Amino acid sequence: MTPELHTIRLTVNGAAVSVQVEPRQTLAGALRDQLGLTGTNLGCEHGVCGACTVLLDGRTARSCTLLAVQAQGRSVITVEGLAADGERLHPVQQAFAEHHALQCGFCTPGFLLTTIEYLDEAPAVDSDAIRQRLSGNLCRCTGYHNIVAAVKDLVRRQAAP
Amino acid sequence: MIRGREQPVRPAPFRYLAPDSLEEALSLLCEYGEEAKILAGGQSLLPLMAFRLVRPAVLIDLRNIAELGRYRLEADRLTIGSMVTHRTIELDHRVTSRCDMLAEALDVLGHAAIRNVGTVGGSLAHADPTAEWLAVALALEARVMVTGPRGTRSVAAENFATGWMASCLAPDEILTEVRLDMPGPGTGSAFEEVARRHGDFAVVGAAAAVTVADEAIEGVRIALAGAASTPIRAPRAEALLAGSVPSAQDLEAAGEAAASETDPVADLHGSEDYKRQLARVLTRRAVARAYRRALARP
Repeated sequence: MTPELHTIRLTVNGAAVSVQVEPRQTLAGALRDQLGLTGTNLGCEHGVCGACTVLLDGRTARSCTLLAVQAQGRSVITVEGLAADGERLHPVQQAFAEHHALQCGFCTPGFLLTTIEYLDEAPAVDSDAIRQRLSGNLCRCTGYHNIVAAVKDLVRRQAAP
Repeated sequence: MIRGREQPVRPAPFRYLAPDSLEEALSLLCEYGEEAKILAGGQSLLPLMAFRLVRPAVLIDLRNIAELGRYRLEADRLTIGSMVTHRTIELDHRVTSRCDMLAEALDVLGHAAIRNVGTVGGSLAHADPTAEWLAVALALEARVMVTGPRGTRSVAAENFATGWMASCLAPDEILTEVRLDMPGPGTGSAFEEVARRHGDFAVVGAAAAVTVADEAIEGVRIALAGAASTPIRAPRAEALLAGSVPSAQDLEAAGEAAASETDPVADLHGSEDYKRQLARVLTRRAVARAYRRALARP
């Protein structure tokens, strides 16, 4: 059976793109295999580990648990879209670097995008709330302390008048 | 094409249809029958398809049906279209400030990334006995609206789930909205759950709505998630509390009664005994908090 192909148009990191996908292609698959954006990592592939988290219309979504066809007409931000000009680190990336909040780096893109959404909500400085918010992302190196420290630092700096 | 892996893990192939109207969706559902599955947000269905536990030949996505994506709060009645995301409700302070049970349930329902995509109707239709929405619907005596070729029917929440991940939805019917009445003055509510990790599936959850008159409990509704093959009410515990100014012993006895009404299924996350124990403790806590809140809002 020849697979039925759908042409979908979406915005990825600010650029309009068009890709042909099988309906069963996930957004993560389309980003990685069709658009070459391999910064979005696939871990569990069933919505548990958070490694594949991207921003969809400004809000986090698991790109392994979303069909590419569901992203038709929407705007996606991946880790590749964070650094300005692809050179200068995004403040969240900078904080993760300063706090050694990454070990192998596999979970990092998901944590970065989760953190960006969280900071958008102008949260209070609260370690428990930060841990709770990050609970949807697993770090297989179990390097959580420094990740929480980086996010807390960002929240603190943002909350400072 | 970049070769990340030779054999990507994927759902089995299917046809994808995204109709623009409910009528069209219903006629597609009639045409394809049990070969078809409805796609709402996909946060429950797509993991099952990734494991190939579910292999629909056709997916009918409701995302283009505008009317299903709307919700409204009119007086005390909250009407939520089936395609409204959990997050949309969670972030509407007008709604969450009216119902602590709902606010607390949404806080533990999955992770933000899931709530951003997952839908209220999808969660209800999936009928997972641990789902927060089903327990809330049961405790608030919600009505679920279902449309099919024989017209629209209104199903009481208590008749909606019929078994483990099974609902009263016929294969040719679509869940269109849920109607909930927000607790009024004199009623307090609360939601409690224990999960392995914040945002994971509940092991057991308890929802309580308590109405007081002169400090005594006039009425109480208790619903439990994860305590049987469907979400359940706890009528013996409710009867025990009715009319009382609940003491610590009364609350403990209500917890005991609720635990005796459960029929938990042992799994990876807990034995039957452990789940009964959770039902006991969480019922006690949810009722106590709901009662305190009821006193605070005469």
